[in-house]
Amino acid sequence: MNRIAQTFASLKDQNRKALIPFITAGDPHPDVTVHLMHQLVRSGADIIELGVPFSDPMADGPTIQRSSERALKHHVSLNKVLDFVGEFRETNTDTPVVLMGYANPIEAMGYTVFASKARSCGVDGVLIVDYPPEESSEWVKCLDEHGIDAIFLLSPTTPKARIEQVAKLAKGYVYYVSLKGVTGASHLDLENVSQRLKELRQHITIPIGVGFGIRDGSTARAVANVADAVVIGSRIIEEIEHATQDKLLFQVASLLTDLRKAMDEH
Amino acid sequence: MSAYDLPSRDGHFGPYGGIFVAETLISALEDLRQKYEYYRTDSEFQAEFAYELKHYVGRPSPIYHAKRWSEHLGGAQILLKREDLNHTGAHKINNTVGQALLARRMGKKRVIAETGAGQHGVASATVAARYGMECVVYMGSEDVKRQATNVYRMKLLGATVIPVESGSRTLKDALNEAMRDWVTNVESTFYIIGTVAGPHPYPMMVRDFQAIIGIEAKTQMIELFGRQPDALIACVGGGSNAIGLFYPYIEDSAVRLIGVEAAGKGIETKQHAATLSTGRPGVLHGNRTYLIQDENGQIIETHSISAGLDYPGVGPEHAWLKDCGRAEYVAITDDEALQAFHDLCRYEGIMPALESSHALAYAAKYAPTLPKDKLLLVNLSGRGDKDMATVAQMSGLSL
Ligand SMILES: Cc1ncc(COP(=O)(O)O)c(C=O)c1O
Repeated sequence: MNRIAQTFASLKDQNRKALIPFITAGDPHPDVTVHLMHQLVRSGADIIELGVPFSDPMADGPTIQRSSERALKHHVSLNKVLDFVGEFRETNTDTPVVLMGYANPIEAMGYTVFASKARSCGVDGVLIVDYPPEESSEWVKCLDEHGIDAIFLLSPTTPKARIEQVAKLAKGYVYYVSLKGVTGASHLDLENVSQRLKELRQHITIPIGVGFGIRDGSTARAVANVADAVVIGSRIIEEIEHATQDKLLFQVASLLTDLRKAMDEH
Repeated sequence: MSAYDLPSRDGHFGPYGGIFVAETLISALEDLRQKYEYYRTDSEFQAEFAYELKHYVGRPSPIYHAKRWSEHLGGAQILLKREDLNHTGAHKINNTVGQALLARRMGKKRVIAETGAGQHGVASATVAARYGMECVVYMGSEDVKRQATNVYRMKLLGATVIPVESGSRTLKDALNEAMRDWVTNVESTFYIIGTVAGPHPYPMMVRDFQAIIGIEAKTQMIELFGRQPDALIACVGGGSNAIGLFYPYIEDSAVRLIGVEAAGKGIETKQHAATLSTGRPGVLHGNRTYLIQDENGQIIETHSISAGLDYPGVGPEHAWLKDCGRAEYVAITDDEALQAFHDLCRYEGIMPALESSHALAYAAKYAPTLPKDKLLLVNLSGRGDKDMATVAQMSGLSL
């Protein structure tokens, strides 16, 4: 069993749901990233989604766009992101790390070079926002060969036939985008999410995480009641953006601890 | 050459094209693909499109023999396909009329567009007014400054112009922002992409709407000269005016197809937008194509004197035509384009857009190397009124 499967299995035994924070690698500064990853784990993260900065983050709202721009000011490349994961793995061998980003840095590196380096640095899963299943057969094959999970998105508009297609390809967990729009939007229709998850579960047998629009303990708890994992991104980035350097780890920790508490109180 | 029938059903031109978008956009693109596939062969839709092109846009656009300039250059004859005479002053309107008619049939009441030079924004605002739709145009804040007159034109036409402050604040960022709007408002909104880029079906659909340029040229050439030209020359930003002219000629292997990119301050300065000449394949804005990027796959800011060519990608069909050798791509600097701009003003009394001036500048280089009986058909994709401030500034004047 790989780290992602193991994590979900042991959470299931404890009747808890996964908390998955997202941060952009290199934001606000490359020196902070690995510390921040360890802090996320200490504050209750079960899996870390690490964003690979890109010059044109088409599916992201202003908050994550700005975090990408901050990281790129420090020239944080895909290679550098993989190095962060390698460094994180020196002292953490259990917490799964999932890279999230856009296609072009992967295209520039090449599938095989990427997958073998990602494998050796200890990456567990990869979600490339603009590689939909239609364009992913070689990509998924390459990740498979290197024992890395290909994570896919599902959206409120995904029709049944595609859900089945994603069910065949996806590994690790699927990520249900809980609203139409970009990251950082704030409206979340819980009724709707719960209904959709029921439909998805008829086809998807791996865990389902829900993200987009989760901003506080009460939405996190409500989502945790219906999903297997809660993904939280823009809200953490906001904390990072507004914190002074000396308070950064502390503030992120206190935000995450609150979410964790809210999720576990059910 | 065997019959050319690209893209494939799933939107690929060889290894290029495709639908590289987030899941949230897939169903909207699928809906668009199905609707477009239906209307593409629907005679009523095609008849309305033809009617609008004739009576609203003012087509067919003439082919004009630039005799005095040809004589001055002392070689091949230069012929101009006068897209500058279209309503709103560029080829962009052909495509926006087509997409607006489709939007109406799909019941969309709101259209959005990205724009660089502002020509596509103006063409989108124009059709939105014509068909009674709300229009929002995204434009990089740098371009808003560079193209103030077009911003005002869009406002006069009732559109809302939203300056985009992210990234390099130019065309590529406007496209990102329009995509973000589209995923958020996908039910009410039709996204009118301005060139042959973006995810499938856009590169095919925009090409089909622009193909009227080449279709007319084929008939006009026979009427006027009794034969087809030896070469077609068109500027390439995203590549819509070029593909519009080239497409009907792809199987005519005797006709050379030459696309002209922006070499900006010179290829060696890295301040250019010559994507096919210098870029590498990658994925951006929903398709796989050549891109101007660094070694880590980050998109690099481009430079051209003409905002309409200032784009780090290029339509996937051009990437394919380059790789398979059917079309050639060359690059022209800011200075060369500017010289051609002035020459066409002085020799022919026609003020070309700076984008089109790149195609003219290549014709001016190429014509003198050919005998006088050769025919070069240049796509004069737009008129230059919008560029007067830029040209004045380059000459050290301010208006
Ligand atoms: C007059 C004119 N020509 C050419 C272009 C470049 O676009 P494309 O390469 O899609 O024809 C533009 C874009 O704004 C334009 O305004």
